[in-house]
Amino acid sequence: MTAQRVMRRGADSAVLRLSETEAALIGGDPSDSGDDERVLLNMGPAHPSTHGVLRLMLEMEGETVLRSKPVIGYLHTGMEKQGEQLSYLQGCTNVTRMDYASPLFSELAFSLTTEKLLGIEVPPRATWIRMLMCELNRISSHLLYLATNGMDLGAVSMLIYGWREREEVLRFFEKVTGLRMNHNYIRPTGVAADLHDGWQGDLRDLLALIKPRLEEYDVLMTGQPIWRTRLQGVGALNAAEALALSASGPLLRSTGYAWDLRRDQPYLAYDEVEFDVIVGTFGDCYDRFAIRLNEIRESIKIVEQIIDRMPKGDYRIQDKKVTPPPRARIDESMEALIHHFKIFTQGYQVPKGEAYVPVESPRGELGVYIVSDGTSKPYRMRVRPPSFINLQTLPHLMRGGLIADGVAIISSVDPILGEVDR
Amino acid sequence: MEPGARYGALVADISSQPVLFVTPANYLQVAGAAFEDGFDQLIDLTAVDYLSYPGQRPRPADVVCERFELVVQLINHASRERLGLRVQVPTAEPRVPSLFDLWPGAENLEREVFDMFGIEFVDHPDMSRILMPEDWVGHPLRKDYGVGDIAVQFSLASAPT
Repeated sequence: MTAQRVMRRGADSAVLRLSETEAALIGGDPSDSGDDERVLLNMGPAHPSTHGVLRLMLEMEGETVLRSKPVIGYLHTGMEKQGEQLSYLQGCTNVTRMDYASPLFSELAFSLTTEKLLGIEVPPRATWIRMLMCELNRISSHLLYLATNGMDLGAVSMLIYGWREREEVLRFFEKVTGLRMNHNYIRPTGVAADLHDGWQGDLRDLLALIKPRLEEYDVLMTGQPIWRTRLQGVGALNAAEALALSASGPLLRSTGYAWDLRRDQPYLAYDEVEFDVIVGTFGDCYDRFAIRLNEIRESIKIVEQIIDRMPKGDYRIQDKKVTPPPRARIDESMEALIHHFKIFTQGYQVPKGEAYVPVESPRGELGVYIVSDGTSKPYRMRVRPPSFINLQTLPHLMRGGLIADGVAIISSVDPILGEVDR
Repeated sequence: MEPGARYGALVADISSQPVLFVTPANYLQVAGAAFEDGFDQLIDLTAVDYLSYPGQRPRPADVVCERFELVVQLINHASRERLGLRVQVPTAEPRVPSLFDLWPGAENLEREVFDMFGIEFVDHPDMSRILMPEDWVGHPLRKDYGVGDIAVQFSLASAPT
């Protein structure tokens, strides 16, 4: 098993290293005899199968893809720069908009990093609520993947089913956080609000709804000969190549490499719950599909354990310098009013230092690196974006395949362009 | 063996993780030694512009601080260890060797650092911008690149009548 294929630099590499200017010249040269069959094809940025605004520059020979280049940046809004202008309290509202399919993970990574710099530890209930919400978010994110992956491959009914189940998860989120997406729910110091009364019942209903539906997906897709033929052996990658290309998450696990931060470098309370790390064998599109489908089942297992074992106590740390006081206290206490005012106008100061905390998002390792200069705003805020980095594998997966398989491959890498471009 | 003695570089503990301080001159050699040691994946590569950082940075005494600092993080899956590398990059010559030949995953990460900070990676297969348009002037994440300085397109266009 070798990574030689992805180490190439020259024309035999799968990556098309061509600038816009050079690409424009190729088509416009009338003296070009055109003695080869290769054409340069543009796909996207508004192609329905590119999951946003991904554009691909493809070098084609007939219907076969030779080299390709993902052209990104269409959604770039300078969120890392923006992160330097916002206080730690406001930071979560910024990062939650990066990966819009799994916003709670960005909030979690940002909060854990800030807490590491502050040197505070949140109460157990806050930790378990975070874990619960993140696992539910993993379910909703993978359901979204199943839906769009189905649609890309012509299983259009899967789009409706996946969206339908995801909506049920989002309904629970709305009840807890007030929003379906971009929650700003996990914050440094804990979570924004406690779970509502009767949340256990709501969750049991939700899981009872989703579980049999997963069996239906198996009937609809997993066992279907058309589905299998369409995905098996398409876009294969080996473990050495995935490691060399810095890939993480289901993309790495599909190659048979068992690496999951929840198990291997546990954070929150993942070392106290039982779950399996799902790995594939061939590293192809089918393995990536099967891994995500089964990860939903593992997340359901974790959620069930959390329902039974949710600790009692506070949902946020009671440190008046960093936690806003309850609304009612402001009416009766001068100190509470001052703390409230200081936290929301100035923010709290974070000691000088730097920290990096990674979490296992549905797409791979999502880490936040913050350099603090002792003020209430990060000096530098960097997000390690799993989608951006996983996207590097795309040209290698697509090389030598048909363009129709390219659609399956883009979908199986599952990039979220909001996070790719930031 | 202690990482410092093993790689012949200055070492510090930053947020409970060993970090090696290297210069652009011995960067590639130390990275290569770490690769041989089983650090099989480049997990992250980014930079920080310390132009307006107040006071002294908390760094080992022997480190000569420069304006840019390259922040590299490696992971050894077998021993579940992480290792940081920090390269001091001077303003006058913001040039560092590329890690492409060790970890090809560096390609897009280094392009992003080039785009955002203007640090050039020598011997990189495609040293070009990645997020900003190709003809963009300036490097947005530098501290002297102001916020709100970019003219908004079509702001003077007349309203539809």
